[in-house]
Amino acid sequence: MEAYISLFIKSVFIENLALSFFLGMCTFIAVSKKISTAMGLGIAVMIVQAITVPANNLVYHAVLKENALAAIGIQGVDLSFLALLSCIGMIAALVQILEMILDKFFPALYHALGVFLPLITVNCAILGGSLFMIERDYNFGESVTYGVGSGLGWALAITVMAGVREKLKYSDIPAGLQGLGITFITAGLMSLGFMAFSGIQL
Amino acid sequence: MSAREFLDKLEPHFTKGGKFEKYYGLYEMVDTFVYTPPTVTRGTTHVRDGNDLKRTMTFVVIATAFCILMALYNTGYQANLAINALGREGTDGWRGVIMSVFGYNTMNPLSNLLHGALYFFPIYIVTLAVGGVWEVLFATVRGHEVNEGFLVSSMLYALILPPDMPLWQVALGISFGIVIGKEVFGGTGKNFLNPALTGRAFLYFAYPASISGDSVWVAVDGYTAATPLGLAANGGMDAVHAAGYTWMQSFFGFEPGCLGETSTLAILIGAAFLLWTRVASYRIMAGVFLGMLATSLLFNVIGSDTNPMFAFPWYWHLTAGGFAFGMVYMATDPVSAAMTDAGRWIFGFLVGAMTVLIRVVNPAFPEGIMLAILFSNMFAPTIDYFVIQANIRRRIKRHA
Repeated sequence: MEAYISLFIKSVFIENLALSFFLGMCTFIAVSKKISTAMGLGIAVMIVQAITVPANNLVYHAVLKENALAAIGIQGVDLSFLALLSCIGMIAALVQILEMILDKFFPALYHALGVFLPLITVNCAILGGSLFMIERDYNFGESVTYGVGSGLGWALAITVMAGVREKLKYSDIPAGLQGLGITFITAGLMSLGFMAFSGIQL
Repeated sequence: MSAREFLDKLEPHFTKGGKFEKYYGLYEMVDTFVYTPPTVTRGTTHVRDGNDLKRTMTFVVIATAFCILMALYNTGYQANLAINALGREGTDGWRGVIMSVFGYNTMNPLSNLLHGALYFFPIYIVTLAVGGVWEVLFATVRGHEVNEGFLVSSMLYALILPPDMPLWQVALGISFGIVIGKEVFGGTGKNFLNPALTGRAFLYFAYPASISGDSVWVAVDGYTAATPLGLAANGGMDAVHAAGYTWMQSFFGFEPGCLGETSTLAILIGAAFLLWTRVASYRIMAGVFLGMLATSLLFNVIGSDTNPMFAFPWYWHLTAGGFAFGMVYMATDPVSAAMTDAGRWIFGFLVGAMTVLIRVVNPAFPEGIMLAILFSNMFAPTIDYFVIQANIRRRIKRHA
């Protein structure tokens, strides 16, 4: 249990996908103008991450891993070179299915998330999460923890970013830096703040 | 000719249409620094108060007076102590020439003060000069006024550096703090991180060798003295006691450390002044203290066999390192802290809790208040947002 708590804290704060690895930057910067929208996207990322990382974990261990197919009588096959492709496919498929399920059974949530769900398909934080899971050889339980934790970390980062940007609306930013420029500087300064966690061993 | 007449004579050159119209910021800076500006708010609804931004900022500088005094005294005292301990004749270079007149007796207050001054003032002057150039440059090009906020930033920045910091690094740090931490957002009041701390954090990660470790806290080459906090990070309270540090010593500030942060007493006097003049928010200070208290007590209860910092008591957290300085002067920065009353409590609590968390759990940094405040500055607008949302919900409910 303690190992899972450590992994959870690590994935939220210490190895924050947005502010330590700079993953998912396109949506992180594009959709962080308002706190309410940013929170919506953050929750969507968290849900998708919590589903796709464990799902990819299952596929990887059941099909792609070296000798995983021995169970059905095929020996000595290593399909792990397909991991990248299969992860992308899984994410796209799962997001589509999730969207249809939400549309059918939870229309309110579906409308709240709106365009963010399809947007998430191409978010590199999601793919990054799955690839980290494979690289670090997580088991199923760890992949669930990591999925929820890294999604929450990303959601936290984008919410805080949106808060700062709402405040910066009242700033007097030089013409050349307005918009993207100051947002990049802001993201950099924020990751300076997140350096507080770097070096913590759990 | 009085100074007022002199300034009045100069003014037409700087106002619209004058020869030096572009440099109005410079003129305005000097004029309003010396005299209260005559311009007042127009219109029917506004708060009439003698207090303005300039006075607020000047009060903060005044509040650091005792810290500066202790910075001079303690830096010199530590340096004299080290020179006697090493059995040296004196320091090298130009400082040695001046100090040879006064000697290195630790019992001589004049020698201590002067020796400290020889370290503090070069750092402070470089900070003022380099930071001032950036400030005036931005004010001139962008056409805003030079603000007293810069005096506060540069004073606080100089006080949180180790005494032996290379001056070019001091210049680099304040440049980063002023330009990236403040001016790219539009100057005083528009930034979201504390500029002084941004500059220091930049130095901390860019040149860790001159701002962390055991050999930088006393301004004598080749003399290593760990701060009480550094000792505790490795050996807990036993190591602090073994090195001969008492709590009272740490409270009065006779310990190695950054220039102005060692004396909790001097800082608390400044805190009293800031609270009396209502410049700083008591909610933030109390929040930081409570956050520190709660988190350190929690760690004390949890305990650990391998990490001696778990048992570090709260009253040592208060006096060791930069906690008190950060609590009084840095966290209360009205620009980068939370703006709502409830938000200030939460913000302060976050600062205090994060400081103890970093000190105890993170082996990479023995000190935590700098990063804790930067981290909380980041969260301040979000905290405000949720406080305001909660207010809106409560009012809707009340009037529904």
